[in-house]
Amino acid sequence: MNKSFKFAYNAAIVVAAAAAAMGIGAIVLAAVGANIGKAYLVILTEPLKDMIGITEIVVRAIPLSLIALGIAIAFRSGILNIGAEGQMMMGILASSATAIALPDLPRPLLVPLAILAGAAGGALWGGIAGVLKARLGVNEILSTVMLNYIAAQFYTFLLRGPMMDPEELVMGSGTPQTVRIPRGAWLDRILPGTRLHTGAFIALGLALVVFFLLWRTSAGFRMRAAGAEAKAARYAGVSVERYLIIAMLLSGALAGIAGSVEILGVHRRAIEGVTGGYGFTGIVVALFGGLHPAGIIPASLFFGLLLLGADMTQRLADVPANMVLVLQGAIILAIVSARQFMNNPYAQDKAARLLSRLFGKPEPPAPPGSIEACPDPSDSVDPCLAGEPQEATR
Amino acid sequence: MGHEPIRSLELRGITKRFPGILACDHIDLSVGEYSVRALVGENGAGKTTLMNILMGLYQPDEGHILINGKEVRFRSPNDAFDHGIGMVHQHFMLVQNMTVVENVALGMKSAHLPFRLDLASVRKKIVEVSERHELPVNPDAMVWQLSVGEQQRVELVKTLCLGARFLILDEPTSALTPQETDELIALLSKMSGELSIVFISHKLHEVKALSDTVSILRRGRIVFEGRTENHSPSELAALMTGHEVELPRVDSTGLDRSGDRGLLSIRDLRVRGDRGNLALDGVTLEIAPGEIIGLAGVSGNGQRELAEALNGLRRPESGSINLDGVELAGSSASRIIAEGMGYIPEDRNTEGIVPSFSVRENLVLKDIGQRDWSRGGFLRLGAIAANAAGLRERFDIRCPSTDTAAGSLSGGNIQKVILARELARGPKALVAVYPTRGLDMGAEEFIHKQLLARRAEGVAILLISEELEEIMNLSDRVAVIYKGKILKVVPGRDATKRSLGLLMAGVSDE
Amino acid sequence: MNGGSFVLNILILGVPFSVALLLAGLGETINQRAGVFNLGCEGIMAMGAFVAFLPPYFLAGTSLAGSANLIGLALAMVVGTVLGLLFALVVVTFRAPQGIAGIGLQMLGWGIAGTLFRHYVGGVTGVPGIAPMPIPVLSKIPVLGQVLFNHNPLVYIAFLLVPVFWYILFKTPWGLKVRAVGTYPRAADSLGIRVARVRYQALALGGAMAGLAGAYLSLAQAKMFADDLVAGRGFIAVALVYFGRWHPVGVMLGALLFSLAQALQLSIQVAGIDFPYEFAVMLPYVLVIVVLALVRKARMVGPTELGKPFDREQRV
Repeated sequence: MNKSFKFAYNAAIVVAAAAAAMGIGAIVLAAVGANIGKAYLVILTEPLKDMIGITEIVVRAIPLSLIALGIAIAFRSGILNIGAEGQMMMGILASSATAIALPDLPRPLLVPLAILAGAAGGALWGGIAGVLKARLGVNEILSTVMLNYIAAQFYTFLLRGPMMDPEELVMGSGTPQTVRIPRGAWLDRILPGTRLHTGAFIALGLALVVFFLLWRTSAGFRMRAAGAEAKAARYAGVSVERYLIIAMLLSGALAGIAGSVEILGVHRRAIEGVTGGYGFTGIVVALFGGLHPAGIIPASLFFGLLLLGADMTQRLADVPANMVLVLQGAIILAIVSARQFMNNPYAQDKAARLLSRLFGKPEPPAPPGSIEACPDPSDSVDPCLAGEPQEATR
Repeated sequence: MGHEPIRSLELRGITKRFPGILACDHIDLSVGEYSVRALVGENGAGKTTLMNILMGLYQPDEGHILINGKEVRFRSPNDAFDHGIGMVHQHFMLVQNMTVVENVALGMKSAHLPFRLDLASVRKKIVEVSERHELPVNPDAMVWQLSVGEQQRVELVKTLCLGARFLILDEPTSALTPQETDELIALLSKMSGELSIVFISHKLHEVKALSDTVSILRRGRIVFEGRTENHSPSELAALMTGHEVELPRVDSTGLDRSGDRGLLSIRDLRVRGDRGNLALDGVTLEIAPGEIIGLAGVSGNGQRELAEALNGLRRPESGSINLDGVELAGSSASRIIAEGMGYIPEDRNTEGIVPSFSVRENLVLKDIGQRDWSRGGFLRLGAIAANAAGLRERFDIRCPSTDTAAGSLSGGNIQKVILARELARGPKALVAVYPTRGLDMGAEEFIHKQLLARRAEGVAILLISEELEEIMNLSDRVAVIYKGKILKVVPGRDATKRSLGLLMAGVSDE
Repeated sequence: MNGGSFVLNILILGVPFSVALLLAGLGETINQRAGVFNLGCEGIMAMGAFVAFLPPYFLAGTSLAGSANLIGLALAMVVGTVLGLLFALVVVTFRAPQGIAGIGLQMLGWGIAGTLFRHYVGGVTGVPGIAPMPIPVLSKIPVLGQVLFNHNPLVYIAFLLVPVFWYILFKTPWGLKVRAVGTYPRAADSLGIRVARVRYQALALGGAMAGLAGAYLSLAQAKMFADDLVAGRGFIAVALVYFGRWHPVGVMLGALLFSLAQALQLSIQVAGIDFPYEFAVMLPYVLVIVVLALVRKARMVGPTELGKPFDREQRV
């Protein structure tokens, strides 16, 4: 099989997966009687029509990328963190409490402190799931989902109770929110008149850090080994349990930072609905970005566009914004299905033979007894997506 | 069932490709009634693939199957069963957490009533078959409670219950003791009076004892066919490998280690198995520098637990593991690795390498924290690549590049990656578990030579294997393990198959 | 309110609360016994709840209003089956990793239900729902009658399904195949059992049960639909299967445990006990984590190949 065939094969899979996801979306759009073409056009182009739209895409991409980076660390280390939503909430609580409690601290101290507090809050929440998995074998998907619900209740409890803005009680409106965060903790706006804030640089910087951590340090090497084949890592002396916990701490910390940056940069107080499903979209971003920082940054922009576009379809094409959840679900299913075909020598071989049968081109037989069958060198086989290792020989 | 009995079965021009390999290359084979045909070949020669095609598990890319001269197509094992063909697979096809009768019922379609499973009829059939063929089984036992020999019998009974008149046996003796093997061979030769049998093996004395005719497969092709009685085992061996292979042998004449202090000494080790049972019950072994001790035994008698305990992967209940004066019982795997223990684990694909990691990454898997490969926590990619290039040369690892995913290499090359990593670390002691399982003789020879070279350098080696030949060829001393106890340690030159076989079955001559 | 009536109240509330968990849990038991871990259960329940709600909502006042609930239940099971088969396509045919695919299905189910709900219904609207059907004579037994025999028909059906599922799993040929493909698919394959087909069938049944569980929520329990109606019950049902060790009776006990916790939480609020509402709501979720942490991995009981795709040509 030659290189161009492999490329065409992989490209065909990507196109098929994209078509399948769009197709599921189209069925739902048709079901609500929308003009399918127009709805997709609105989602994909309307936000790009003015500066506000473009900056708003980035505003959404900032928490998405941070969360996705964390999820990539967890997935690469063999633990499926579905709990970013809850970890983000805990980050928001810790970060806003810290900023509000220390209003007089100088700005160069307060901003990092507030963000670190957010990281700690998220890390605590992620770490619980990590410890439960490492020490007691609790399925992390279930535990993180449950921790999301618990965090949501805790969040509401604090915003309606101990952390509620006293003004709200006086005024009697009772909106569950904290007081305004002191100005010294705010992240600057980059462009006047927009909400674009310096959190963007934090996200880019942390993307670099995550890349170096995973692919350039011995700790990252061990984490990836534990994720790719826990047994072999254990046999090689890696304390898999310890790295599971570390991965969940880091993953939660990044989600916590996402929450912290979101309130310091955008809302400037903790209110209900800040997280708004970012924790779940972050999973899709991480997968779409190939669990790699270089893919996650563009993927987060794309999903920032989708989120904003879906808000706009409500107004412009009469399609409820929940539509974006449909697309996200369909995209996940399409990605995980397609992954099993890409770089899979068995599937490639079958496709090649099917083609040659269809077009009558004789397939040159493999030399008898050739033992080596090496597919393209790729470390792109990610631990959580690869399933069984591909064995190319018998 | 519904089909006339098989008087002749013929395979014509069977071809099967897998990516990058031609597993069967225009194979012709015919088997007559009431005869035993041996199908012989090295691991990877295509024997099992061919029989899976005959069972309808794989579809051939080319070729036909003819029964009594008429072409048939087997799309699933059901089609093969309908024609009275049955197979006992090398890895037993028994569901561990079900009873014997449930396992048989799984395949007996006559017991599948619309809303009810007719276990009574299945039980009756089992009793009938086991009495007729003198294969005692307990229909209500859970499979996981049975010994390997008993499971083997259940497999035979199951296949016969499904109406097999034409029996394929894929390496049926690979997990049996020599004595159990003899019993099975005797049983099969009695059964061959009323059945046709295809017997897949690479153990030539078994082939000689049982078969009427023999076919030899090499690299997917039939290279020889003939009557078994006309050819000697060594003749067949040469045909099987295509060349004379003389596996290296240890030379331990004149050596007396009885007075040596062990480099690796294990004292009174007790370890629990996965089911909470005492898998190792007071094991004591002394391995001197430059000595290979072969651990013989039927698998499942504590070998896995011993290897894991020695490498810090399983915590011992009590006892001592001492490597060059350092006590290691209960230490972590990383500490034991740092103290100079080498390990070739049983399952090379999931324990020996990280399959999705590149060859070069796998070569530094154990030492990534060492100054050679990382400094200040940051990887030294250049040094890691250079290391891989050197080891690839030295250990003849065949791969397109050291950037290739290790999991995509052949079994032999994966084993070389593991061997290169373990030996390059300069270990004081080495635990090698089934190091040549499933490899062809070329790779086996390479690995044996490497082990002997390390022995010459003074490494203490524990060789765990189920191939008595391998153990007898390489070991200075042979220890036999049975139910978690070392029954006896004998000098390698005094060990015979018979004596080891008796010990492996738990018969101690004291 | 005295202590006795407080406890009685919890029991009367708790039994019907367990039904959604029980129905979904029984379906998930079949899925996991066949070796597939279906986290999409949550999304299927959301879809089931939504489509079951539609007939009573739209048929109110028409001649079909009398059978609207039945149509809704049937519709929920059909949609559940379809989603179960979609999941089978992804994880059985395409061999995608099951955990993350399940999250995809969950989002898809939530998304479709939410989108269609917003478009066709708009806001929270009630439906008459399924009426209670006290069992004659039995419901008159003091205490016991109120706790066990004074519910809507789905409650009785759900509990009757427990022995039915036990029978299917352990006494029928199909159940035998299901258990075999979840434990040692290669052995089943060698006996001519189509592993993929059995897993498809199991996922279809599991999907139908999850759909029915969702329908129970909207038609019998809440008598309305809302975006967050399912609220993690699908995930709890998955956890219950571990807790119940893949046995229908164990799953039933687990469902009762959780529903009683939920009933306790509600009773605390109703009784006006001074305890933060949010912490009461947390209770069942905390309980899931505690239970999962306490359940030890059972050996030689459950499906050992859970979560692993099967490929005949992949060598061992």
